Amino acid sequence: MHLSTLAQLSTALESRQISSEELTRLYLERCKKFNDSLNCFITINEDSAMAQAKSADEQRAAGKGSALTGIPIAQKDIFCTNGIKTSCGSKMLDNFIAPYDATVIEKMNAAGIVNIGKTNMDEFAMGSSNETSFYGPVKNPWDKDYVPGGSSGGSASAVAARLSPAATGTDTGGSIRQPASLCGITGLKPTYGRVSRYGMVAFASSLDQGGPMTQTAEDAALMMNVIAGFDQRDSTSAEVPVDDYTAKLNDSIDGLKIGLPKEYFDEGLDSNIAKLIEDGIKELEKLGAVCKDIELPNTQLSIPAYYVVAPAECSSNLSRFDGVRYGYRCDNPEDLSDLYCRSRGEGFGKEVKRRIMIGAYVLSAGYYDAYYLKAQQVRHLIRDDFQNAFKEVDIIAGPTATGTAFKLNEKINDPVSMYLSDIYTVSVNLAGLPAMSVPAGFSNKLPVGMQLIGNYFEESKLLNIAHRYQQATDWHLQVPGGFE
Amino acid sequence: MSLDKSEVQKIAWLARLAIDEQDISTYSDELSKILGLVETMNSVDTDGISPIAHPLDLTARLRPDEVTETNQRDKFQQNAPVIEAGCYLVPKVIE
Repeated sequence: MHLSTLAQLSTALESRQISSEELTRLYLERCKKFNDSLNCFITINEDSAMAQAKSADEQRAAGKGSALTGIPIAQKDIFCTNGIKTSCGSKMLDNFIAPYDATVIEKMNAAGIVNIGKTNMDEFAMGSSNETSFYGPVKNPWDKDYVPGGSSGGSASAVAARLSPAATGTDTGGSIRQPASLCGITGLKPTYGRVSRYGMVAFASSLDQGGPMTQTAEDAALMMNVIAGFDQRDSTSAEVPVDDYTAKLNDSIDGLKIGLPKEYFDEGLDSNIAKLIEDGIKELEKLGAVCKDIELPNTQLSIPAYYVVAPAECSSNLSRFDGVRYGYRCDNPEDLSDLYCRSRGEGFGKEVKRRIMIGAYVLSAGYYDAYYLKAQQVRHLIRDDFQNAFKEVDIIAGPTATGTAFKLNEKINDPVSMYLSDIYTVSVNLAGLPAMSVPAGFSNKLPVGMQLIGNYFEESKLLNIAHRYQQATDWHLQVPGGFE
Repeated sequence: MSLDKSEVQKIAWLARLAIDEQDISTYSDELSKILGLVETMNSVDTDGISPIAHPLDLTARLRPDEVTETNQRDKFQQNAPVIEAGCYLVPKVIE
């Protein structure tokens, strides 16, 4: 049963083959059994999950509920959950019990989804390896000496190991797609503004976007049907009608025009991965898609622009953590200034401090034009690159990451090398586009993801292509040894 | 761009971050490398390109000025490090 997708579990619950209480207990047992070795959960919500399951069974018995009612799903610990610890992977929020639900959580609760636990993550979502978490690194279930990627590493690892049939993630520079790629699962970063940011701890507000991390594209569509939509409480929420994301999954992709950016297949890409992505694209061609070489000339500039915009927004957003109203406070502050400085100095980890300082620097008097303004201009060029490409093609395909999972401790002491590994994902966030990562094979026994990038609000098209691809391949069905 | 020790201390103060004396040279090293990476964006000419703060051209929404939230002070203060009589306590600011 634990290898089932959301779609299969939905059918099993609907036909009373299993109850939500049985299903939730089964996944809770798996979480408890494997969390010591994988460290993918910060909190396992045993009692509240069982209560939600009971209520879901009652709803179904009364003929109510919807497709996902009664199914356990894990939540990244960045989403505020009323009455449940919400740490964001930081010592700063180690003692924080969220007093309200994020909109994403509220919608999932309303749909009768069981919140099985809060997943581990890079501290404040800053990292690409899940090694910056205050709660220690998450392990990749394909090989525990390797990182799961980040920042949604706990969610990716939990879904790959089938400790939860699906999870939420958030993506500021690749934090859904890159861990999905490194753990061999499906991840969708929706268009900026498609999923509400209300109650999602802010890192870089103009880039952050929540989305599903699942086994299949069909499951991602089912989750999008619950979480997408306009939200009054998010000032940048998109007032654009929401699709039924499952409706077009089976549409033909005959004649679909796929753009292959030459910048995504240059010398920076591992050759085994290049081969697998080419194979993946051939599968799409067999389904009728037509490929065209395109250019995204400013791709190389996306990393420097991102490392101005994201730290600038982070330094502003994280100024709220001052040790006064909530979160960590240092012992015996001498005065108010000492209270601020030591609470923040002791409460934040190294990577977060680095980014706050970069942000404070680029926004400081005399440097603003040279860094922040320049980065915003570059951002404009990057957005234009994509818009020019979408005049000629329907979607863009390429690798999600430059390599497979790397070893724990391999890159953690070299921030710049860690940053550069996100070259294929950050430009999508700067442009605000939707993109997916789907399993496309293995290199040296580690999973590889193929990235599909769509135009604004074209999540349905991406899900359709990914679904058709998954009907023709079985990479997404592979489960790491020891977790079958 | 390389940041010396005093610049690191100045930035840390601007960001209200206490950092250990012994870590300053590491920060100086790492931050300089990151800024070096950032400066590669100077390779492109952006004269006449308008800056964008946001991917989508959004304008701020307006709403009627109505009370929509209820007062939940006690609940919110359960997360506070130190409170007294409904107030958040901090070290004395004015003698």
